[in-house]
Amino acid sequence: MNPMSTLAIASEDNTGNDPCRRAPLVIGPQTDVTVTESVCRVLEQPGTPRAWYAALLISMGLTAVFFGAIVYLITNGIGVLGNNRPVMWAFPIVNFVFWIGIGHAGTLISAILFLFRQQWRTAINRAAEAMTIFAVICALIFPGIHLGRIWLAYWMAPYPNQMALWPNFRSPLMWDVFAVNTYFLVSAMFWYLGMIPDLATLRDRAKARLRQIAYGLLALGWSGSARQWHVYQKAYLLLAALATPLVVSVHSVVSTDFAVAQLPGWHTTIFPPYFVAGAIFSGFAMVVTLMVPARAYFGLKHLVTVRHLDNVNKIMLATSCILAYSYAMELFIAWYSGNSHEQFVHLNRAFGPYAWTYWLMVACNVLLPQLFWLKRCRTTPWMMFLIAGAVNVGMWLERFVIIVVSLSRDYLPANWAMYYPTIVDALILLGSFGLFFTLFLLFCRYLPMVAMWEVKHVLPREEVHHGNP
Amino acid sequence: MATHEPHRPSAGLAGLLAEFASAEAVRAAASSLRNAGWTHWDVHSPFPVHSIESAMGLRRTGLPWLVLAAGLAGVLLAAGMQPWTNGIDYPLIISGKPLLSLPTSVPIMFELAVLLAALAAFGGALVLGGLPRYGHPAFSSLHFRRATTDGFFVFLSAEDPRFDAAAGQALLQSAGAVAVEPLQLDASSGRAPSAVYWALATAAVLALLPPVLVTWYRARPKPNPRIHLIHDMDFQEKYLPQGSSPLFADGRAMRPPVPGTIARGTLEADEHLYAGKVAGQWAARFPVPPTAAMMERGKSRYAIFCATCHGLVGEGGVTGITSARAVKRREPNWVLPLSLHTPAVREQPVGQLFHTITHGARTMPAHGAQIPAEDRWAIVLYVRALQRSQNATLDDVPQAVRPQLRP
Repeated sequence: MNPMSTLAIASEDNTGNDPCRRAPLVIGPQTDVTVTESVCRVLEQPGTPRAWYAALLISMGLTAVFFGAIVYLITNGIGVLGNNRPVMWAFPIVNFVFWIGIGHAGTLISAILFLFRQQWRTAINRAAEAMTIFAVICALIFPGIHLGRIWLAYWMAPYPNQMALWPNFRSPLMWDVFAVNTYFLVSAMFWYLGMIPDLATLRDRAKARLRQIAYGLLALGWSGSARQWHVYQKAYLLLAALATPLVVSVHSVVSTDFAVAQLPGWHTTIFPPYFVAGAIFSGFAMVVTLMVPARAYFGLKHLVTVRHLDNVNKIMLATSCILAYSYAMELFIAWYSGNSHEQFVHLNRAFGPYAWTYWLMVACNVLLPQLFWLKRCRTTPWMMFLIAGAVNVGMWLERFVIIVVSLSRDYLPANWAMYYPTIVDALILLGSFGLFFTLFLLFCRYLPMVAMWEVKHVLPREEVHHGNP
Repeated sequence: MATHEPHRPSAGLAGLLAEFASAEAVRAAASSLRNAGWTHWDVHSPFPVHSIESAMGLRRTGLPWLVLAAGLAGVLLAAGMQPWTNGIDYPLIISGKPLLSLPTSVPIMFELAVLLAALAAFGGALVLGGLPRYGHPAFSSLHFRRATTDGFFVFLSAEDPRFDAAAGQALLQSAGAVAVEPLQLDASSGRAPSAVYWALATAAVLALLPPVLVTWYRARPKPNPRIHLIHDMDFQEKYLPQGSSPLFADGRAMRPPVPGTIARGTLEADEHLYAGKVAGQWAARFPVPPTAAMMERGKSRYAIFCATCHGLVGEGGVTGITSARAVKRREPNWVLPLSLHTPAVREQPVGQLFHTITHGARTMPAHGAQIPAEDRWAIVLYVRALQRSQNATLDDVPQAVRPQLRP
């Protein structure tokens, strides 16, 4: 049908950097048909694989634990958590910042790499955007359940009410409400808009009536007409341009929740860039955590190639170095400022009762990712999977160090108290992973995991050499 | 549809669907169709074909302007909402921070700009792209299902004013079509059946019912307390004053004290101190020995409780400020307060004066509830001093001071 690529190479190694030859984005001779087949096979193969059921069962069980623990929390009150005075913000906010940070990699891949015309993004952007949305869903739950009286959460919305009161727009917590909700809505629109042509592909391939109706409704009657593509591409570009500043702004606003407060260890100007780098770092770690098993299990190794993972690991290495700089700069400024409270907080992080969290964080976020300087570590799936897992742990600990360790020993020594999580804290954290993986597993099985039309768009074709029409 | 009938030579024909081998071929065909002057046709492809817009002569979309307008609207909305709500409608004073502060408004101005612009880009892409769309004539072709996988198609609509099946077929084939298929109009080609619209309208009306019911319930006056889904701490398992309880025969949750119970500090058994009487007669002496401190105490209590009517010297009449004001306003029922220096008052025993302060007399109200008994005795002592000062003789003046007296 379509001319096969003459540029594709037979070897599975596309990680070389020969300047004379552009490295192929896909492995093997791929055509529009083979790309469609390999992506749709995941959704269409008869007989759902047992392992998928097993994984879904486990994650749905954890999701049940998640919502069960939340119901227990709401019906019994905040006292079932380990939060105390002075550690008013503990696991819920640590988890919130952790999950919202995970999302940033998806937006970076889908928006910033699109604007920079990084065509390798096309194989992983759909799954990464899905990851963003599911992570933001997990994140949005935590400030809600942390409220105490969750049924008054709607007070955060600026609506005219009988109390004649408005939200305090000068509070960073209110900026956060707007930033996170905007982020969720924009990400969801970007994700769905990008998926419409692929949903139409699934509609047109569907044999069963139910699939035809379901994908037909989701595809909105897309016919791939040139007029539709024209508006569509413009809208996609505009959404990418609008989502790009969100990559930087969302976690910057989250960081002002801390930086605007007067607490030593929080009140620093380095927080916005430091948080953004950490968010991208943790998000790319989660991309590796998800994509390494998914590409192997669903047979997508020729589309999500080792070169993709190599690139992702390079970004992790770069952001890890930025974090190392940030950690060092925090310590330097604490010393250089001459502020005894700042100095104490940082000494307390490194040598206080929670010192093990600090050093584990440094090991996971700074030391271990340095292995990515070795090409062997960047291109071996099991190695990068382990390192990425460690980074996930390290980034969660970073938020623990910032929030809990700073709060537990603030200005007034009479107020100092240790924080210990309760079993409910632990179950909610564990359960949030269940919700995240449940959503991701459902996504893998029922929605196109790779952006087919975008991959086809960047497939090497003979005709591109014909010059201008 | 009916308006297009005159243009349609072969009724029932929806149009011609031509398949092309590649993106390149379909782009060339688009150029020749455009040059031949056809207008109602479109190219369908699994991915955007490079520079197809110029081949087809499509105009640039106005979507970016829509997105820009929406983004500016977001900035203006946030720029107006924040100072108005926190600075004007309900000034929110926090730590002396300025009510109108631009820097704190910037994050939400940015977020609303992005949000509204993104909504415009998303909605605009759907609306300008003609989505959602119930059907398309080309969907009736089985071949066309490959348009979303690897097929490149041109659909020539019969709605084109110059549509001619034979000429169209010839043109498409000369443009390099692999296959040309005439498509008939069928149920899926046009608008959705009216049942779909009715179903959507019914669903929309039904969806409106719950909020309308809630609003109606909340707005109407009710004899019973509102339904409280969440009790907060407004309703607690305890008895409130005047509450009822089935535990007791009289049905009262509050228990009356045992008969004969006297609360602490309310015994008042000392008749002299609390009633001003000794053996049933007005006491002529004070229950406690008078002191200078008691006199000072009496002076201050007199100034607070008595002087407003009787005047600072006790002359009564209009010397008190309340009395003066009542006379000035010509209060019809005002009775001028008595002078404390009249013989009838001066001759009263101290016990009787104490009784008058405690229980009032004629239009004078009772002060027993406001002034403790010891303070009432202090006031009596001060009144005695006032009476003596206004009715003094030369014998009352100390010898040393007498030379200073003027006749």
